[in-house]
Amino acid sequence: MKRRTTLGVTALGAVLALGLSACGGGGAATPGQSGAASAGGGDAAKAEFNAALTQVFNPSDKKGGIIKLANAGDWDSLDPGDTYYGYSWDFIRLYGRSLVMFKPAPGKESAQLIPDLAESLGVPSDNAKTWTYKLKQGVKFEDGTPITSKDVKYGVERSFDKEVFPDGYTYFNDTLDWPKGYKGAYKSKDANTDSAIETPDDQTIVFHLKQPYSGFDYFAQLPATIPVPKDKDTGAKYKEHVISSGPYKFDKNEIGKGFTLVRNENWDPATDPNRKALPDGYEVTTNVNADDIDNRLLSGDLHLDIAGTGAQPATLGRVLTDPNLKAGTDNPTITRLWYTSVNGNVKPLDNIECRKAVQYAADKVAYQTAYGGEFSGGQIATSLLPPGIPGHEDFNLYPPGPDNHGDIAKAKEHLTACGQPNGFETNISYRAERPKEKAAAEALQQSLAKAGIKLTLKPFPQADYFALYAGKPGYAKDNKIGLAVNGWGADWPDGYGFLQQIVDSRVIRETGGSSNVSVRDPEVDKLLDQASLETDVAKREPMWAQIDRKVMEDAFILPGIWAKSLLIRGKGLTNVYYSDAFGMYDYLNMGLQ
Amino acid sequence: MVTYIIRRLIWGVVMLAIVSMITFAIFFLVPRLAGATSESLAARYVGRTATAEQVKLAAERLGFNDPLVVQYGRFAKGIVAGADYSYGPTVEHCPAPCLGYSFLSRLPVWPDLLDRVPVTGSLAIGAAIIWLIAGVATGVISALRRGSLFDRAAMSVALAGVSLPIFFTGIVSLVLFSYGRPFAITAPGGSYTPFLTNPALWAYGLILPWITLAFLYAAGYARLTRSGMLETMNEDYIRTARAKGLTERVVVVKHGLRGALTPILTIFGLDLGLLMGGAVLTESTFSLPGIGKYAIDAIVNQDLPKVMGVVLVAAFFVVLANLLVDLLYAVVDPRVRLA
Repeated sequence: MKRRTTLGVTALGAVLALGLSACGGGGAATPGQSGAASAGGGDAAKAEFNAALTQVFNPSDKKGGIIKLANAGDWDSLDPGDTYYGYSWDFIRLYGRSLVMFKPAPGKESAQLIPDLAESLGVPSDNAKTWTYKLKQGVKFEDGTPITSKDVKYGVERSFDKEVFPDGYTYFNDTLDWPKGYKGAYKSKDANTDSAIETPDDQTIVFHLKQPYSGFDYFAQLPATIPVPKDKDTGAKYKEHVISSGPYKFDKNEIGKGFTLVRNENWDPATDPNRKALPDGYEVTTNVNADDIDNRLLSGDLHLDIAGTGAQPATLGRVLTDPNLKAGTDNPTITRLWYTSVNGNVKPLDNIECRKAVQYAADKVAYQTAYGGEFSGGQIATSLLPPGIPGHEDFNLYPPGPDNHGDIAKAKEHLTACGQPNGFETNISYRAERPKEKAAAEALQQSLAKAGIKLTLKPFPQADYFALYAGKPGYAKDNKIGLAVNGWGADWPDGYGFLQQIVDSRVIRETGGSSNVSVRDPEVDKLLDQASLETDVAKREPMWAQIDRKVMEDAFILPGIWAKSLLIRGKGLTNVYYSDAFGMYDYLNMGLQ
Repeated sequence: MVTYIIRRLIWGVVMLAIVSMITFAIFFLVPRLAGATSESLAARYVGRTATAEQVKLAAERLGFNDPLVVQYGRFAKGIVAGADYSYGPTVEHCPAPCLGYSFLSRLPVWPDLLDRVPVTGSLAIGAAIIWLIAGVATGVISALRRGSLFDRAAMSVALAGVSLPIFFTGIVSLVLFSYGRPFAITAPGGSYTPFLTNPALWAYGLILPWITLAFLYAAGYARLTRSGMLETMNEDYIRTARAKGLTERVVVVKHGLRGALTPILTIFGLDLGLLMGGAVLTESTFSLPGIGKYAIDAIVNQDLPKVMGVVLVAAFFVVLANLLVDLLYAVVDPRVRLA
């Protein structure tokens, strides 16, 4: 599942387009799943289904061995300035240290940010417009050179160049106060960038933002803050040998085939309380047949499927019907919502009562089935924020009957209140290349028909879905696209990152291209602005639930499911646990029995 | 003979040029005709939600804004004279034959392809030896014992071999003989160790792909050899050979088989040439990092320089195999003279 970001230009400016996300990312344990042990300790969990969701499975401090991993595709990039996949952000911590990191701990604890290369989390000043970090003493590159704040600054500056690094995110490009016309470390070699990043001494780095943003620590955990030594930088080829600042360094690297990591003798555990560095190395093979990966995991030849997106359909049936195999798997709910936008610009959905009728009439079980069912599809969603995002609250404003198959009587009540007692007609769009979205549209077509709401299916090409069709307000209105099948995931488990791009009305552009195709509520925009400036986490998190509830009250979004994946625990692995932060197993402190 | 070879080589080069033009047209011209713009093409290589600025930069970097003739000219020039490529802080020269740079990994295609030739070569040649020996031997015995139980059983197996696709036989064989159950006789799943690193591990990892691939081809060769042998063994010169008092072994091998060998040689050359260009299904099923896997990954990711490169390499092997087969005709059948 790929992490990508679309940055919207809104009234609040690019800053607010920042914590944003697209598809992939963090995840969350399904509420109610038990477990208490914390990382690095606790009783060994029994080998059972979901044993590693909220506790450490098979805890151990034993060192040695080589962990074998495989990836069904190629790595997007091993370069910290150019990688945008969740698994890569998870894995990169083995050879790179960013200023801040997610806590290596199971479940919800993993969503907590802790210092890594920095001594502490960022210190905000100037109303969260300036963020200062002090680097730890004694941290070195793999060649023994001490790491300074200038190496971190250079890492961020080089990542600015999207011609050389087209795959990476643009968080730093858009938020920092770069000098006018700045084009990155390669093309603007002599530019003075102190307006964006200052390094008053070798241990201090100061980031200056264009506008205040309370969640800057989330940016500081991005791989772009991993230090890069300027004299060893080879631009687009740097990914062939990234200079390590973590416990492992590259030994052999054949792009497209795989690579091996060995211990970095210049990594000092005294500077790094977060990493155990248990195995002697890692052996990674890329471009491996996905079914082959599953079979090798089950046979014990392989320890991890690095992509972390879960078992293939061919494996699901086999694993879920065999208790022994099922006991070796985990089924987390990730931070992705599959939903349907309810467009208030299209009559009669401009009437909230008609939108509520849609909420009640929807058959949520059929929606879940469309995406693959309970285990590989997801958990029925009752609101926007997935359970793994801090601030999530359980509530259900429109219970679709006791069995989740839809409450037709209630839907008809609201249709009457809307002035459409016999129902109405509208269109539902979906991405033509996505059979699951088509199935979801068909499921809604059938269930809403019971209340008299007649839907006509309108498939559109995926590439232009938001730019030209469902996401283009004029087109959607003229062509009566009342409902649009949609989906969204977070880059990291944070309410702002998850919500802003799908509920802020200011990201909607007449020219199209926005993922928000239906939520237009000035009060929601105001709440988002307030939350983005709140630096107190304890006060900020409840605000996300408040926004979630407001959007649901507006009935602009029909939540479908919170996506799930089925992860296979590799045989012989120790310290296995699911991380909410990455939406997959945490790769940092695994070892071998 | 030398003139013949030179003439064929020149035609081979012309053929490769035509293949490159057609491939280029399919991947670069056809999308344009269908309405694709520089930006919509470039959008594939910067991720789904890249900003408009990122897409614009990518279109510029990949040269999509230039006329198609210029783009093809740049590709062709790279093959003949090499090309320069900017990695950011440095500019590197890609020496001829430079098949361009991957749109995604931004690494040169040619070294990548060369790196994969030994994998595909190991697979294709190993499998070819097995299928040639097994297929021809089965075909000869079936022809000599026409109608026997062996003949009928062998031809039934051959029919199954021709009919079953690799992605089925490959997965079944992996389940049966790999993954630790029930008869683990080979490396678990797909794996490849270079011959020079460890010959034993090389063979251990390849034995299953060899047999699986050979099963498909041996079947066809058995049927082909059988029909060829049946026809040849009824020829007058076979009767003459027997009348001369030659042993049956000499009659069958030296006179019968040699006569039936010409069509087998033709098809063998083409098959081997095609496989050297990538055994796509076998390499994908067994996750072997050969040219076939490279091709399928390139197509899935729409990495056009890689697609161009792999098509050219595959075409090269086919052209080369055809030339070798034609040269071998003269050896197998003295009636053929090359001029």
